[in-house]
Amino acid sequence: MTRSPKTDMTSAANGITQAELVEAINAATHEVFSTMLNLELTAGEVFVEKEEAAPASGVVSLIGLAGPWVGSGSLSCSAAFACRIASQFLLTEYNAISEDVLDSVAELTNMIIGNVKTALENRLGSMGLSTPTVIYGRNFQTRSARNQEWTVVPFTLDGERMCVQVCIAPNTDSNAQLPRPGFPVPHVLNV
Amino acid sequence: MLDVLIVDDSAAIRKILQRVLRQAEIPLGNVYEAGDGVEALATLRQQSVGLILSDINMPNMDGLEFLTKVRAEQAWQSLPIVMVSTEGTQAKVLEAVERGATGYVRKPFTAEQIKEKLACYFEK
Repeated sequence: MTRSPKTDMTSAANGITQAELVEAINAATHEVFSTMLNLELTAGEVFVEKEEAAPASGVVSLIGLAGPWVGSGSLSCSAAFACRIASQFLLTEYNAISEDVLDSVAELTNMIIGNVKTALENRLGSMGLSTPTVIYGRNFQTRSARNQEWTVVPFTLDGERMCVQVCIAPNTDSNAQLPRPGFPVPHVLNV
Repeated sequence: MLDVLIVDDSAAIRKILQRVLRQAEIPLGNVYEAGDGVEALATLRQQSVGLILSDINMPNMDGLEFLTKVRAEQAWQSLPIVMVSTEGTQAKVLEAVERGATGYVRKPFTAEQIKEKLACYFEK
Protein backbone atom coordinates (compact mmCIF):
# COMPACT_ATOMS: atom_id res chain seq x y z
CA MET A 1 0.00 0.00 0.00
CA THR A 2 1.29 3.46 -0.85
CA ARG A 3 -0.09 6.44 0.96
CA SER A 4 0.72 10.00 0.04
CA PRO A 5 -0.35 12.97 2.10
CA LYS A 6 -2.44 15.62 0.39
CA THR A 7 0.05 17.63 -1.65
CA ASP A 8 -0.47 19.83 -4.68
CA MET A 9 -3.95 18.41 -5.25
CA THR A 10 -4.06 19.62 -8.83
CA SER A 11 -4.71 17.00 -11.44
CA ALA A 12 -5.16 18.68 -14.78
CA ALA A 13 -5.63 15.34 -16.49
CA ASN A 14 -8.69 14.77 -14.36
CA GLY A 15 -10.41 18.00 -15.32
CA ILE A 16 -11.01 18.71 -11.65
CA THR A 17 -8.50 19.44 -8.97
CA GLN A 18 -8.14 17.07 -6.08
CA ALA A 19 -9.02 19.99 -3.81
CA GLU A 20 -12.38 20.25 -5.59
CA LEU A 21 -12.95 16.53 -5.19
CA VAL A 22 -12.10 16.73 -1.48
CA GLU A 23 -14.43 19.71 -1.08
CA ALA A 24 -17.26 17.77 -2.76
CA ILE A 25 -16.68 14.73 -0.50
CA ASN A 26 -16.52 16.91 2.61
CA ALA A 27 -19.64 18.88 1.79
CA ALA A 28 -21.69 15.80 0.86
CA THR A 29 -20.60 13.79 3.91
CA HIS A 30 -21.27 16.61 6.37
CA GLU A 31 -24.66 17.36 4.80
CA VAL A 32 -25.80 13.72 4.84
CA PHE A 33 -24.65 13.09 8.42
CA SER A 34 -26.07 16.33 9.83
CA THR A 35 -29.39 16.09 7.94
CA MET A 36 -30.17 12.38 8.17
CA LEU A 37 -28.38 11.43 11.42
CA ASN A 38 -28.06 14.69 13.33
CA LEU A 39 -24.35 13.89 13.78
CA GLU A 40 -21.44 16.25 13.23
CA LEU A 41 -18.26 14.60 11.96
CA THR A 42 -14.73 15.96 12.17
CA ALA A 43 -12.76 15.72 8.94
CA GLY A 44 -9.18 14.45 9.19
CA GLU A 45 -6.14 14.80 6.97
CA VAL A 46 -6.80 13.81 3.37
CA PHE A 47 -4.46 11.31 1.72
CA VAL A 48 -4.06 9.51 -1.57
CA GLU A 49 -3.96 5.73 -1.79
CA LYS A 50 -2.11 4.59 -4.87
CA GLU A 51 -2.10 0.86 -4.51
CA GLU A 52 -4.20 -1.71 -2.77
CA ALA A 53 -5.26 -0.86 0.74
CA ALA A 54 -4.05 -2.84 3.74
CA PRO A 55 -6.30 -5.72 4.80
CA ALA A 56 -9.24 -4.33 6.71
CA SER A 57 -12.11 -5.49 8.87
CA GLY A 58 -15.52 -3.98 9.17
CA VAL A 59 -17.98 -2.66 6.60
CA VAL A 60 -17.20 -1.32 3.13
CA SER A 61 -19.90 0.02 0.85
CA LEU A 62 -18.98 0.53 -2.82
CA ILE A 63 -20.71 2.43 -5.61
CA GLY A 64 -19.70 2.71 -9.27
CA LEU A 65 -19.77 5.88 -11.35
CA ALA A 66 -19.83 5.79 -15.15
CA GLY A 67 -20.27 8.07 -18.11
CA PRO A 68 -17.67 10.30 -19.78
CA TRP A 69 -15.83 9.75 -16.48
CA VAL A 70 -15.64 6.47 -14.58
CA GLY A 71 -14.70 5.47 -11.08
CA SER A 72 -15.94 4.35 -7.72
CA GLY A 73 -16.81 5.77 -4.36
CA SER A 74 -16.83 4.01 -1.03
CA LEU A 75 -17.54 4.40 2.64
CA SER A 76 -15.67 2.20 5.12
CA CYS A 77 -15.97 1.94 8.87
CA SER A 78 -15.86 -0.49 11.78
CA ALA A 79 -18.80 -2.74 12.59
CA ALA A 80 -19.40 -0.72 15.76
CA PHE A 81 -19.56 2.54 13.83
CA ALA A 82 -21.90 0.98 11.25
CA CYS A 83 -24.22 -0.07 14.09
CA ARG A 84 -24.09 3.42 15.55
CA ILE A 85 -25.02 5.18 12.32
CA ALA A 86 -27.77 2.65 11.57
CA SER A 87 -29.20 3.17 15.07
CA GLN A 88 -29.27 6.90 14.48
CA PHE A 89 -30.68 6.51 10.95
CA LEU A 90 -33.53 4.14 11.82
CA LEU A 91 -34.04 5.23 15.45
CA THR A 92 -33.63 1.61 16.55
CA GLU A 93 -30.80 0.22 18.69
CA TYR A 94 -28.42 -2.09 16.77
CA ASN A 95 -25.56 -3.82 18.57
CA ALA A 96 -24.56 -6.24 15.83
CA ILE A 97 -24.36 -6.21 12.04
CA SER A 98 -27.72 -7.05 10.47
CA GLU A 99 -29.57 -6.49 7.19
CA ASP A 100 -30.85 -3.17 8.53
CA VAL A 101 -27.33 -2.03 9.44
CA LEU A 102 -25.86 -2.97 6.05
CA ASP A 103 -28.80 -1.41 4.23
CA SER A 104 -28.38 1.81 6.24
CA VAL A 105 -24.66 2.01 5.39
CA ALA A 106 -25.48 1.35 1.73
CA GLU A 107 -28.09 4.10 1.62
CA LEU A 108 -25.86 6.63 3.36
CA THR A 109 -23.10 5.81 0.86
CA ASN A 110 -25.59 6.26 -1.95
CA MET A 111 -26.51 9.69 -0.63
CA ILE A 112 -22.90 10.80 -0.10
CA ILE A 113 -21.48 9.56 -3.40
CA GLY A 114 -24.67 10.63 -5.20
CA ASN A 115 -24.19 14.17 -3.95
CA VAL A 116 -20.48 14.10 -4.82
CA LYS A 117 -21.52 13.02 -8.33
CA THR A 118 -24.02 15.88 -8.57
CA ALA A 119 -21.34 18.36 -7.48
CA LEU A 120 -18.93 17.06 -10.14
CA GLU A 121 -21.38 16.69 -13.02
CA ASN A 122 -21.31 20.36 -13.99
CA ARG A 123 -17.64 19.94 -14.79
CA LEU A 124 -17.43 16.32 -15.88
CA GLY A 125 -20.75 15.69 -17.60
CA SER A 126 -23.61 13.42 -16.65
CA MET A 127 -22.70 10.16 -14.90
CA GLY A 128 -24.69 7.10 -13.89
CA LEU A 129 -24.57 5.68 -10.39
CA SER A 130 -24.76 1.97 -9.60
CA THR A 131 -26.67 0.70 -6.60
CA PRO A 132 -24.34 0.07 -3.63
CA THR A 133 -22.62 -3.23 -2.85
CA VAL A 134 -21.84 -3.73 0.84
CA ILE A 135 -19.12 -6.02 2.15
CA TYR A 136 -18.83 -7.00 5.79
CA GLY A 137 -16.08 -9.20 7.15
CA ARG A 138 -12.56 -9.52 8.49
CA ASN A 139 -9.21 -9.30 6.81
CA PHE A 140 -10.33 -8.36 3.31
CA GLN A 141 -8.85 -6.04 0.71
CA THR A 142 -10.42 -3.95 -2.00
CA ARG A 143 -8.48 -2.49 -4.90
CA SER A 144 -9.18 -0.80 -8.18
CA ALA A 145 -8.69 -3.13 -11.11
CA ARG A 146 -7.58 -0.12 -13.13
CA ASN A 147 -4.90 0.78 -10.60
CA GLN A 148 -6.23 4.26 -10.01
CA GLU A 149 -5.53 6.66 -7.20
CA TRP A 150 -8.06 6.97 -4.43
CA THR A 151 -8.63 10.29 -2.70
CA VAL A 152 -9.40 9.34 0.89
CA VAL A 153 -11.10 11.66 3.36
CA PRO A 154 -11.13 10.30 6.93
CA PHE A 155 -13.76 11.46 9.40
CA THR A 156 -14.00 10.87 13.14
CA LEU A 157 -16.85 10.88 15.60
CA ASP A 158 -16.19 10.29 19.31
CA GLY A 159 -12.95 8.48 18.55
CA GLU A 160 -14.46 6.22 15.86
CA ARG A 161 -13.11 6.59 12.32
CA MET A 162 -14.85 6.37 8.97
CA CYS A 163 -13.36 6.94 5.50
CA VAL A 164 -15.07 8.23 2.38
CA GLN A 165 -12.99 7.75 -0.75
CA VAL A 166 -13.39 8.32 -4.46
CA CYS A 167 -11.35 7.45 -7.54
CA ILE A 168 -12.39 8.94 -10.85
CA ALA A 169 -10.75 9.30 -14.27
CA PRO A 170 -11.71 10.06 -17.85
CA ASN A 171 -13.44 7.19 -19.59
CA THR A 172 -11.23 5.86 -22.35
CA ASP A 173 -13.67 3.14 -23.36
CA SER A 174 -15.86 4.49 -26.15
CA ASN A 175 -18.26 1.57 -25.73
CA ALA A 176 -18.63 2.09 -22.00
CA GLN A 177 -22.11 1.77 -20.57
CA LEU A 178 -23.68 2.92 -17.34
CA PRO A 179 -22.81 0.71 -14.38
CA ARG A 180 -25.00 -2.31 -13.78
CA PRO A 181 -26.91 -2.00 -10.55
CA GLY A 182 -25.05 -3.64 -7.70
CA PHE A 183 -21.74 -4.02 -9.53
CA PRO A 184 -19.44 -1.08 -8.96
CA VAL A 185 -17.22 -0.65 -11.97
CA PRO A 186 -13.57 -1.38 -11.37
CA HIS A 187 -13.22 -3.43 -8.22
CA VAL A 188 -11.53 -6.55 -7.06
CA LEU A 189 -12.16 -8.07 -3.67
CA ASN A 190 -9.52 -10.24 -2.01
CA VAL A 191 -10.60 -12.27 0.99
CA MET B 1 -57.48 9.20 3.79
CA LEU B 2 -54.74 8.88 1.17
CA ASP B 3 -53.03 5.56 0.41
CA VAL B 4 -49.35 5.90 -0.47
CA LEU B 5 -46.86 3.71 -2.38
CA ILE B 6 -43.17 4.11 -1.47
CA VAL B 7 -40.72 2.83 -4.12
CA ASP B 8 -37.06 2.57 -3.10
CA ASP B 9 -34.51 -0.24 -3.22
CA SER B 10 -33.38 0.73 0.27
CA ALA B 11 -35.54 -0.80 3.00
CA ALA B 12 -34.03 1.78 5.36
CA ILE B 13 -35.35 4.68 3.28
CA ARG B 14 -38.76 3.03 2.97
CA LYS B 15 -38.88 2.73 6.78
CA ILE B 16 -37.80 6.34 7.27
CA LEU B 17 -40.32 7.73 4.78
CA GLN B 18 -43.08 5.64 6.31
CA ARG B 19 -42.15 6.87 9.79
CA VAL B 20 -42.14 10.50 8.63
CA LEU B 21 -45.58 10.07 7.03
CA ARG B 22 -47.03 8.34 10.10
CA GLN B 23 -45.68 11.02 12.45
CA ALA B 24 -47.01 13.87 10.32
CA GLU B 25 -50.52 14.95 11.19
CA ILE B 26 -51.95 14.05 7.81
CA PRO B 27 -54.89 11.86 6.77
CA LEU B 28 -52.75 8.86 5.86
CA GLY B 29 -54.32 5.53 4.88
CA ASN B 30 -52.42 2.41 3.87
CA VAL B 31 -48.74 2.59 3.00
CA TYR B 32 -47.45 0.08 0.44
CA GLU B 33 -43.80 -0.57 -0.37
CA ALA B 34 -41.91 -1.69 -3.48
CA GLY B 35 -38.18 -2.24 -4.03
CA ASP B 36 -38.05 -1.24 -7.70
CA GLY B 37 -40.20 -0.15 -10.63
CA VAL B 38 -41.25 -3.69 -11.53
CA GLU B 39 -42.58 -4.37 -8.03
CA ALA B 40 -44.21 -0.95 -7.96
CA LEU B 41 -46.14 -1.57 -11.20
CA ALA B 42 -47.32 -4.92 -9.84
CA THR B 43 -48.48 -3.24 -6.63
CA LEU B 44 -50.29 -0.51 -8.57
CA ARG B 45 -52.24 -3.14 -10.52
CA GLN B 46 -53.50 -4.61 -7.25
CA GLN B 47 -53.92 -1.56 -5.03
CA SER B 48 -55.37 1.85 -5.65
CA VAL B 49 -53.12 4.56 -4.23
CA GLY B 50 -53.40 8.34 -4.16
CA LEU B 51 -49.70 9.23 -4.05
CA ILE B 52 -46.38 7.63 -5.04
CA LEU B 53 -42.95 8.48 -3.63
CA SER B 54 -40.23 7.01 -5.85
CA ASP B 55 -36.46 6.82 -5.91
CA ILE B 56 -34.67 7.09 -9.29
CA ASN B 57 -31.61 4.80 -9.09
CA MET B 58 -33.00 1.30 -8.56
CA PRO B 59 -32.27 -2.16 -10.00
CA ASN B 60 -34.52 -3.92 -12.55
CA MET B 61 -36.53 -0.82 -13.43
CA ASP B 62 -35.37 2.63 -12.38
CA GLY B 63 -37.62 5.46 -11.25
CA LEU B 64 -37.64 7.32 -14.56
CA GLU B 65 -38.69 4.24 -16.53
CA PHE B 66 -41.32 3.49 -13.89
CA LEU B 67 -42.59 7.07 -14.24
CA THR B 68 -42.88 6.70 -18.01
CA LYS B 69 -44.77 3.42 -17.70
CA VAL B 70 -47.18 4.85 -15.15
CA ARG B 71 -47.94 7.87 -17.31
CA ALA B 72 -48.55 5.61 -20.30
CA GLU B 73 -51.56 4.12 -18.52
CA GLN B 74 -54.75 6.14 -18.92
CA ALA B 75 -55.92 5.36 -15.38
CA TRP B 76 -52.73 6.68 -13.75
CA GLN B 77 -52.10 9.81 -15.79
CA SER B 78 -53.09 12.20 -13.00
CA LEU B 79 -51.68 10.14 -10.12
CA PRO B 80 -49.26 12.35 -8.13
CA ILE B 81 -45.67 11.02 -8.18
CA VAL B 82 -42.94 12.67 -6.12
CA MET B 83 -39.38 11.61 -6.87
CA VAL B 84 -37.09 11.24 -3.81
CA SER B 85 -33.52 10.88 -5.06
CA THR B 86 -29.86 11.71 -4.62
CA GLU B 87 -29.90 12.82 -8.27
CA GLY B 88 -29.80 16.58 -7.87
CA THR B 89 -28.81 18.16 -11.15
CA GLN B 90 -31.24 20.50 -12.86
CA ALA B 91 -31.14 18.27 -15.94
CA LYS B 92 -32.26 15.21 -13.96
CA VAL B 93 -35.05 17.14 -12.18
CA LEU B 94 -36.27 18.50 -15.54
CA GLU B 95 -36.18 15.03 -17.06
CA ALA B 96 -38.32 13.70 -14.20
CA VAL B 97 -40.81 16.56 -14.58
CA GLU B 98 -40.97 16.05 -18.36
CA ARG B 99 -41.75 12.37 -17.78
CA GLY B 100 -44.59 13.30 -15.45
CA ALA B 101 -43.24 13.75 -11.91
CA THR B 102 -45.34 16.17 -9.88
CA GLY B 103 -42.71 16.84 -7.23
CA TYR B 104 -39.03 16.28 -6.38
CA VAL B 105 -37.24 15.86 -3.06
CA ARG B 106 -33.47 15.58 -3.00
CA LYS B 107 -31.75 13.18 -0.60
CA PRO B 108 -30.65 13.90 2.10
CA PHE B 109 -33.92 15.31 3.40
CA THR B 110 -35.37 16.35 6.73
CA ALA B 111 -38.76 15.20 8.01
CA GLU B 112 -39.92 18.81 7.69
CA GLN B 113 -38.96 18.96 4.01
CA ILE B 114 -40.94 15.79 3.30
CA LYS B 115 -44.00 17.06 5.17
CA GLU B 116 -43.80 20.43 3.43
CA LYS B 117 -43.47 18.90 -0.06
CA LEU B 118 -46.32 16.45 0.49
CA ALA B 119 -48.75 18.69 2.38
CA CYS B 120 -50.57 19.78 -0.80
CA TYR B 121 -51.45 16.18 -1.71
CA PHE B 122 -53.14 15.58 1.63
CA GLU B 123 -55.07 18.87 1.61
CA LYS B 124 -57.10 17.94 -1.47
